[in-house]
Amino acid sequence: MELKEKLISSFIAFENQISLDNPFVHSMRTEALSSFESKGFPQKKEEAWKYTSLKKVLKEDFSVFSKTETALEYKDVQPYFIHDIDSYKIVFVDGKYASNLSQTTHDGIDICLMSSALEKPKYRSVIENYFNKIADKNSLTSLNTAFVNEGAYIHITKNKMVEKPIQIIHFSTGNESALLLQPRNLIVVDENAHVQIIERHQSLTNNSTLTNCVTEIFAAKRGIVDYYKVQNDKDSASLVDSTFINQESESHVAVHTFSFGGKLIRNNLNFYQNGEYMDSTLKGVTIIGNKQHVDHNTLVHHIEPNCGSHQDYKGIFSDSSVGVFNGKVLVNKEAQKTNAFQANNNLLVNDKATVNTKPQLEIFADDVKCSHGCTIGQLDENAMFYLRARGIREKEAKALLMYAFANNVLESVKIPQLKNRINKLIANKLGVNIGFDL
Amino acid sequence: MLKITNLHAHIDEKSILKGINLDIKAGEVHAIMGPNGSGKSTLASVIAGKEEYEVEKGEIKLEGQNIDELSVEERAHKGIFLSFQYPVEIPGVTVTNFIKTSLNETRKAKGLQDMPAKEMLKLIREKSELLEIDRKFLSRSLNQGFSGGEKKRNEIFQMAMLEPKLAILDETDSGLDIDALRIVANGVNKLKSEDNAVLIITHYQRLLDYIVPDYVHVLYNGKIVKSGTKELAFELEEKGYDWIKQEAGN
Repeated sequence: MELKEKLISSFIAFENQISLDNPFVHSMRTEALSSFESKGFPQKKEEAWKYTSLKKVLKEDFSVFSKTETALEYKDVQPYFIHDIDSYKIVFVDGKYASNLSQTTHDGIDICLMSSALEKPKYRSVIENYFNKIADKNSLTSLNTAFVNEGAYIHITKNKMVEKPIQIIHFSTGNESALLLQPRNLIVVDENAHVQIIERHQSLTNNSTLTNCVTEIFAAKRGIVDYYKVQNDKDSASLVDSTFINQESESHVAVHTFSFGGKLIRNNLNFYQNGEYMDSTLKGVTIIGNKQHVDHNTLVHHIEPNCGSHQDYKGIFSDSSVGVFNGKVLVNKEAQKTNAFQANNNLLVNDKATVNTKPQLEIFADDVKCSHGCTIGQLDENAMFYLRARGIREKEAKALLMYAFANNVLESVKIPQLKNRINKLIANKLGVNIGFDL
Repeated sequence: MLKITNLHAHIDEKSILKGINLDIKAGEVHAIMGPNGSGKSTLASVIAGKEEYEVEKGEIKLEGQNIDELSVEERAHKGIFLSFQYPVEIPGVTVTNFIKTSLNETRKAKGLQDMPAKEMLKLIREKSELLEIDRKFLSRSLNQGFSGGEKKRNEIFQMAMLEPKLAILDETDSGLDIDALRIVANGVNKLKSEDNAVLIITHYQRLLDYIVPDYVHVLYNGKIVKSGTKELAFELEEKGYDWIKQEAGN
């Protein structure tokens, strides 16, 4: 059976095993299922999927949910956490909540589970006001909505500054030969509240995993959200990560995406600016090799005047890896004084790697500052000469220059321990092992 | 120390060095002067081993050993140091980490262990004082946002750390104000010994007031057309390069 048919026929079984207390959610699920049913999985002929084919990934016989439960101990998975800081943790194993690895709270703020938010009456108004309000209706998002059940639910109330970062981690253990995971996160940041979130999807097995994750983030007036995505998964794991962000006036939202591994990663990152005097930051570092494939598909929609957006994506591609960047900036007629910046710079380490980069600017206002630049290049020969003239061998010199190339994206990472970790991941990835004390 | 015989080099079919002869002995300071485009910087790059230049004839010997076949980094390991006219910016790599890497790579090539951290710190402190470099500077990203003077001072700091046998200073005086020039020159003078040699490449005589050369050579159109002592530098400063061009033309 094709995966599409399998999913559709599993839906009743799925709804039977979870709570159906919330008719609002149920109707949303069934509506989303029929939307997925009519659209099917994305095809290469669609413009947005021109350079990324899911065909190979979807060939696997994915289980729609895990039939058995595997318990993990913290000591076995500690390396996947930023473990040298105090943090809230929302951890899932094969799609199920792992309370022994988690640290949640209801103390003035809610850092807990999507399943309970969908079920319990006290969350109903937030769910009805925010859930599935900005997620698009594309096929994979619809599929996620149809099977929505678990994920992180975070609600930071007015004027609250969460004093420690929140780590959301999804592990897969390989207890199915191929597992489809569909986490759903909802993050609501009220007026003048502030939160930092680190998200990671991590397979612990060589069995296939496909994660179709959807996250909705709402930043109210003066809200601040720093969101970090760490994608350093096994070559058996694929990820489609769709994030939708609604910002109100004077808010600041930054999403950093670090893509260092995985079979296929597709990031859909969408910002909607509903207000004035705000800014959106989208940054990414991609360093991949082998046959890995990373696709960044971004949208910044400037709806009202006096806002800014800043995109900076760096990529380093070796072996037969493939990089895709498709960055759309849409400036409405009303959005005067918009200041939008977009850069996508890529290094190709050998002849087999490919990058497809496509900036898309649609500007309907006349008093704006929009700039974009894409480069695909090789390492600067003068810089190589400089390093080698200091006795640094060619291989190390190359690694050092690549490290330097990617490094400036890290300047805006606000959690020092995370910055340190990413720095080390980059250094390891590039083979920079020359006396760094990072 | 360095003996260059009948050196011819070209880049992209364009002949730049057309028969250079130069003999620099240990303990000596030589200056190469010449108008723009005469091949000064090319000579520096060719000695350092830059691969874009093709050496078609002649040879370069360092301490009696032919270095033609050595890579850039192997030449550095043998003790050739080139102070760059335009040092490269490397964001994310601090001055300290860079020089540590550089020094330990050179030690590795000589079969030595990495320098112990304590010893390294002491050396860095000592040499940074020599160049009047403060501590904050050392934790900045290499050359990123450095002023012209800071870049050159940093080059000489690296030279001080690496203690090369032959230091080539390529237009080290360009972009330096008088204070920075004095500091840089003072650093070079302190590093000078009977066991090493310095080759200064410069358009102007200014730097030679501070680092006094034993010999001055004039490079024009890919050849050394005149050699002399430091008085030659004064003469060039006074009369410019036209008379050299005329003499060479005759």
